[in-house]
Amino acid sequence: MTPHVLTRSLDRSATVFLLIVAGLGVLIPLSNLLLPAGSMFQVPTYLVALFGKYVCYAILALSIDLIWGYCGILSLGHGAFFALGGYAMGMYLMRQIGSRGVYGNPILPDFMVFLNYPKLPWYWHGFDMFWFAALMVLVVPGLLAFCFGWLAFRSRVTGVYLSIITQAMTYALLLAFFRNDFGFGGNNGLTDFKDILGFNVQADGTRAALFILSCLALIIAFLICRAVVTSKLGKVLIAVRDAESRTRFLGYRVESYKLFVFTLSACMAGVAGALYVPQVGIINPGEFAPGNSIEAVIWVAVGGRGTLIGAALGAIVVNYAKTVFTSGPLAPYWLFMLGALFILVTLLLPKGIIGTFNAWYEPWSAKRANAESAAREDGVSEPNPAE
Amino acid sequence: MSASLIDRVRALVLSVFLIAAFAVPALAGPFEDAVAKFANDEFSDTDEAVGLVAASGNPLAFPIISALGDGRLSADPESKKVFVTGTDGKVIDAATGAAVASLPAGAAAVRLNNRLRRTVEAALGGLTLLSPDPAKRLTAAQSVFKSHDEAALPVIDGALAKETNKTVKAAFAEARAAILLYKSDATDVEKLESIAIIKARGDQEALALLTGLGSDAPPLVAQAASSAIAAIQSNLAMWSMVQNAWYGLSLGSVLLLAAIGLAITFGVMGVINMAHGEMVMIGAYTTFVVQEVIRTRYPALFDYSLLIAVPLAFLVAGAIGVVIERSIIRFLYGRPLETLLATWGLSLVLQQAVRTAFGPTNREVGNPSWMSGAFEIGQITITYNRLWILCFTLAVFAILLAMLRYTALGLEMRAVTQNRRMAASMGIATSRVDALTFGLGSGIAGIAGVALSQIDNVSPNLGQSYIIDSFMVVVFGGVGNLWGTLVGAFTLGIANKFLEPVAGAVLGKIAILVLIILFIQKRPRGLFALKGRAIEA
Repeated sequence: MTPHVLTRSLDRSATVFLLIVAGLGVLIPLSNLLLPAGSMFQVPTYLVALFGKYVCYAILALSIDLIWGYCGILSLGHGAFFALGGYAMGMYLMRQIGSRGVYGNPILPDFMVFLNYPKLPWYWHGFDMFWFAALMVLVVPGLLAFCFGWLAFRSRVTGVYLSIITQAMTYALLLAFFRNDFGFGGNNGLTDFKDILGFNVQADGTRAALFILSCLALIIAFLICRAVVTSKLGKVLIAVRDAESRTRFLGYRVESYKLFVFTLSACMAGVAGALYVPQVGIINPGEFAPGNSIEAVIWVAVGGRGTLIGAALGAIVVNYAKTVFTSGPLAPYWLFMLGALFILVTLLLPKGIIGTFNAWYEPWSAKRANAESAAREDGVSEPNPAE
Repeated sequence: MSASLIDRVRALVLSVFLIAAFAVPALAGPFEDAVAKFANDEFSDTDEAVGLVAASGNPLAFPIISALGDGRLSADPESKKVFVTGTDGKVIDAATGAAVASLPAGAAAVRLNNRLRRTVEAALGGLTLLSPDPAKRLTAAQSVFKSHDEAALPVIDGALAKETNKTVKAAFAEARAAILLYKSDATDVEKLESIAIIKARGDQEALALLTGLGSDAPPLVAQAASSAIAAIQSNLAMWSMVQNAWYGLSLGSVLLLAAIGLAITFGVMGVINMAHGEMVMIGAYTTFVVQEVIRTRYPALFDYSLLIAVPLAFLVAGAIGVVIERSIIRFLYGRPLETLLATWGLSLVLQQAVRTAFGPTNREVGNPSWMSGAFEIGQITITYNRLWILCFTLAVFAILLAMLRYTALGLEMRAVTQNRRMAASMGIATSRVDALTFGLGSGIAGIAGVALSQIDNVSPNLGQSYIIDSFMVVVFGGVGNLWGTLVGAFTLGIANKFLEPVAGAVLGKIAILVLIILFIQKRPRGLFALKGRAIEA
């Protein structure tokens, strides 16, 4: 008997996680909007936007954990999918500015007027409609991931080779988007947004709504990931992670499984980017920087690879630390901290926060651990002896 | 080069002044009369005077005419005496060269108009054509070639007959050809000969000269000119290919230098060292420190600074490499993805450490004298620092190959690369080999830093800009094979430079990245893959 997909994917910790996210998703906007400004429990608007940013990062971390934690694909270019989703949303927001831009051109965004574009490039058409932009948020990263993955997985590019070429991919995109004649605003990127679906992006209400939407997206993404990893497909993915050749010899089409999960993950990253852009108000080629993608990987490592909850938690914890450090007098030491985090987590905490907690918690509840064998298997695989 | 030219000119001017000051000219009469004409302050008289003085052959001619051009020539209308105020403020009598205490009260600068200025320039050109300094004659001949001023023809003819220096003689002949080509009353035969000479010169200026000829030339000449233009154009295209190839080789040598250490750590140990670029940076900063010490303590040793920095950078970066291997990487063997993350973190720490110690701005590292300057081959210019870096890279490569081939450590390293467990069973201390290998790879990165400090900005971000390119080289060339790295580096370097003129620098680079990504699909293990039976490397 196969249990229903919801009961199967929702164990206790997953339920707790979802309840917390849902609770915060309701409480923070309510406190921001209903309580008077200056009240002790009122969350200021800038914090709502900041938390919204963290939630988007959490979705990105989830997408990385899905492929790295469960399928062993370490992508160092996931920031590219995130940024592409962001650019798709940014293009919609640019078109919404209309004639309110500095140059007052009803069709062309400011930077195009400035750079003497005679007319709108063909790939900007359709982005004045929200449904089209929303579709592109999924399609563009998904399509890139599909083509890239189809080429890479079919010819069995694995391990560090794959990591390096994903890094090259995001680096190539970085160089391309920095060009003025590429039609995406060059190194200034897209900014100065006014409206989203007719609501002012700066307004408190819009920010709260975007936060709620981000939390909703996190919940949905988490449910999708749980559904995938607890299904039979998920078992095959874990098999691919732990022994790819053996899985292939057992008759599974490894590359198809990888391609599916890689594309799904890229779409999730694209959604995260699309929610991120209206909340921070800018998207520029810096998001493609290889360093950003690697940083996102470390969020997953800190929280616990292959735990999903850990990925989201890691993204929030590391970014909160980043905010605290870089805004205070400790700013020059942030890179030391981040670097040390990379080293210490890989050396001392290979299972991350959640993985280590589980390992410590399980002996006390051996019975439940049996029931949750899937969760334990999700931990980091044993190191292989060097060839 | 330009500095030395200025020095020479300065020395020449100075010596002319010395002659003027101490040796009173033997010539009298016509020269003095000519000089006196300046005092009339009539444009026609000045014009005449310039011609006479320039033709006189008197050593004072050059200082007088150049002073006229700069407004330093003054005349006293009462005494009809003319004075030259030197650039150093000293005043001499223009006719005799004798020193004068100060300008007379009524003296005024000799006026010029635009037509006169051209005459002065032409006269100066003629005078420098006869200068005793070959370098000066050469530049003068080049400028006549460009201006093809008919007035210079008699001087050129005279100079050509006297000239003994081969290069200068050729330049005179070219200048003469340029003049004849544009001279309306020259015969067709003369013009055809001229075209042949200009065609032999074959550079951009020759092309400009020929294309400027226009359509009103006699048909025979026009035909010869157009065929010469075609020949020069194909010649220039060939040279631009050679130029691209040279730039490509130069870029390739830089890539090779940056990637070669990575090839060792990645190839032998399977360790992805993202902090490799920071080892390069540390090498560059070692050079900076060495040069600072030399500047403040032993300035005479500056030319040897790089020779001192190379072993030092190797030791510093190598020692840091061994420490990293012992403290971090040895715990992560067999987990390449974790190694990648840990070394990335390490690179952040090292960058920030250098930023804290040396500041975030670029540090200045000087070129020693034997590395600055350039020379020309045909139509291309080759800078010495690029040439030295190419030689240095090849030398490092050769030494490394020899080391792997002939030393005990090299043997052990190869054994560990091929089969770690078997090597361990044969009594090789694999962990010691690992540490030394990592140290060697890092040390070579440090040496690369010394070389790159000569052509790149020494800043904490130096390593970052090379890391992706280095990985591309290693992945393209094939892991575990130094020859693959060599071929990979030069292929990528040359391909990049040949794509650049077609697609632009950034698009060329993007095209290369995309091509590598596609290439990896075809050959996932690179150009020169190690052959083995393992399903998973």
